[in-house]
Amino acid sequence: MMMKVYLDNNATTMVDPEVKAAMDPYVCEIYGNPNSLHDFGTATHPALRKAMDQMYEALGARDEDDIVVTSCATESNNWVLKSVWLDLIQNGEKDHIITTEVEHPSVTAVCRWLESRGVRVTYLPVNADGIVEAHTVRDFITDKTALVSVMWANNETGAVFPIEQIAEVCKEKGVLLHTDGVQAVGKIAVNVTKAGVDFMSFSAHKFHGPKGVGGLYIRGGRSLTSLLHGGEQMGGRRSGTLNVPGIVGMGKAMELANYYLRFEEQHVRRLRDKLEDAILQIPDTYSVGPRDNRTPNTVLVSVRGVEGEAMLWDLNRAGIAASTGSACASEDLEANPIMIAVGADNELAHTAVRLSLSRFTTEAEIDYTIDVFKKAVERLRAISSTYAYTPKKEGA
Amino acid sequence: MAKSDLIGGSIWEEYSQKVQDLMNNPRNQGELTEEDAKRLGGELIVADFGAESCGDAVRLYWIVDPKTDKILDAKFKSFGCGTAIASSDTMVELCKGKTVDEAVKITNIDVEKAMRDEPDTPAVPPQKMHCSVMAYDVIKKAASLYKGVDMESFEEEIIVCECARVSLSTIKEVIKLNDLKTVEEITDYTKAGAFCKSCIRPGGHEEREYYLVDILEQTRKEMEEEKLKEQADKQASGEEVPFKEMTMVQKIKAIDKVIDENIRQYLIMDGGNMEILDVKENGEYTDVYIRYLGACSGCASSSTGTLYAIESTLKQKLDPNIRVLPI
Ligand SMILES: Cc1ncc(COP(=O)(O)O)c(C=O)c1O
Ligand code: FES
Repeated sequence: MMMKVYLDNNATTMVDPEVKAAMDPYVCEIYGNPNSLHDFGTATHPALRKAMDQMYEALGARDEDDIVVTSCATESNNWVLKSVWLDLIQNGEKDHIITTEVEHPSVTAVCRWLESRGVRVTYLPVNADGIVEAHTVRDFITDKTALVSVMWANNETGAVFPIEQIAEVCKEKGVLLHTDGVQAVGKIAVNVTKAGVDFMSFSAHKFHGPKGVGGLYIRGGRSLTSLLHGGEQMGGRRSGTLNVPGIVGMGKAMELANYYLRFEEQHVRRLRDKLEDAILQIPDTYSVGPRDNRTPNTVLVSVRGVEGEAMLWDLNRAGIAASTGSACASEDLEANPIMIAVGADNELAHTAVRLSLSRFTTEAEIDYTIDVFKKAVERLRAISSTYAYTPKKEGA
Repeated sequence: MAKSDLIGGSIWEEYSQKVQDLMNNPRNQGELTEEDAKRLGGELIVADFGAESCGDAVRLYWIVDPKTDKILDAKFKSFGCGTAIASSDTMVELCKGKTVDEAVKITNIDVEKAMRDEPDTPAVPPQKMHCSVMAYDVIKKAASLYKGVDMESFEEEIIVCECARVSLSTIKEVIKLNDLKTVEEITDYTKAGAFCKSCIRPGGHEEREYYLVDILEQTRKEMEEEKLKEQADKQASGEEVPFKEMTMVQKIKAIDKVIDENIRQYLIMDGGNMEILDVKENGEYTDVYIRYLGACSGCASSSTGTLYAIESTLKQKLDPNIRVLPI
């Protein structure tokens, strides 16, 4: 039987069976509306409280902070950017937002939309390591800057941004800082208090929780106009009947993610490095960004002469899932913007393939992938018009 | 937007079985050398098109018999996605055995059709149609090398949409004949713009010389000018232009003329007068806004009998859909 190997964990992850087990009672048995007065409703409360405790604990949030549950990180990112616009820019107080060239579309597309409404947006370029340094952020802050939005870890390269230093700069300048923590939570230690950020977005399905639930950390004392008005759930910050199984699952998933951080750091990193080393042994292959400054599960590789989608095709034929960029981008045909952003040579812009592991990835799967990857490179380079290759003498 | 657009499709699922098989096992991949050419008694042509940095590049090898212009053998190499590889392979298959002149007539549409499983089901999804264009361009490149001429000399007309192979003249013609007002209508009529969408407006997948939005604007302008010119010619030659087809300026002049010739003298006789304030198109109606002056303003009959007389004269002399509105 063909092996099935999932190496697209930055797009989404499998729900951990323990998470599923925790959610299960809240689907058919304990299904009341938490806002109701009766027992059906209140029966959900202990599990919801526990989930909130798990999240506050895992992210290092203080009781005076808010962790508002949303439907996904896209909602959280939209909320911060649009409400900062409503709160600080529309009244003329500020007119400027700083972000990076490599954010997820749920930040970039909102920024483009805000630009169409007259907001000035600075998109900071990344250096060859795929990050933006704190001093660069400082250089662009003005008295009119309302918000800095910089991701904690990049979805495609895994590059980890110096969020603590950026937070110091923002604090010194009195500017709000939002970070998209989607690819950091569950992969590296994330402590919002220590980092000193004002807002942080996250999404449960990226750390073995369910889809359709995410959150926004809001530092105590920070105001942010609500986008969803209604029944005053989540302390009035975000209305809508609570997604009880989702919240319970996200709490459990976060607790587990924290518990497995060391495992991630050691075991997952070792497998990732093994895979990366083996790929880099193939001539004319490259990986983006230094390993020690990446999330332990991610590598973006580039194989000269082989178009990324063709590579994905060959991997998929052998049961291996990977991606050429973020999941939402895989329908369009453009060059991978991250390759251009990190200044890779033009010829490599269409060759990037992202492999992202999880704590469920096994050594046997990695060995199998290495084998398949090498064969795919061999086959596709033999077809390639841009890679000088001498095929082995074929039998007649 | 509609139900089928709400959950994205899978590009790969829409590949025909043939495309998938060709991607997995291309038949004509490889190189041809001078030795091969010598062995077959032909001339070796190696044509490159596209660039790795654009995401698609293809190299076509031909061995052509210089006496008959027949393509004796052909092979390809390609840097590109599955569609690019499968279409290059199919293109090579179609070239074999043809003369160079015949080969130049092969289009990307022929290539796509040859990869269909069912005659009416496209072999690749619309976004991927463009990947087959490269296969077509490289043939022209090879032929131009063989004949020592420019690639452009093989293109008889200006192609605006490469995916659907629709020419500039066809697009202008359908706009004019069918009075098309939107790009969507052009796509419905010609299929131009239905695939990779690069040809619709600047900023798409690929930079192009002509865009549908500009062609539409330009053609509408031309149509407008032609219409004006036609009317002016008619008037100059003393021909009656129906009121409906007049320009606004012509309409106002015509209304003024009718009022001057038929109405104003009676109003003046009674110590009054009127002026036209505005003329507006209101659906099928033409609304004429007027104001009474002198004795007429305040006269009881100005909103009944006089108004009726003005309106019915205009209706009779010019157009039954004229309405007169005193202010
Ligand atoms: C960095 C980053 N931010 C935001 C998101 C959006 O997450 P969701 O689709 O769950 O809203 C993603 C998911 O691809 C991501 O990788
Ligand atoms: S050129 Fe691709 S749709 Fe027109």
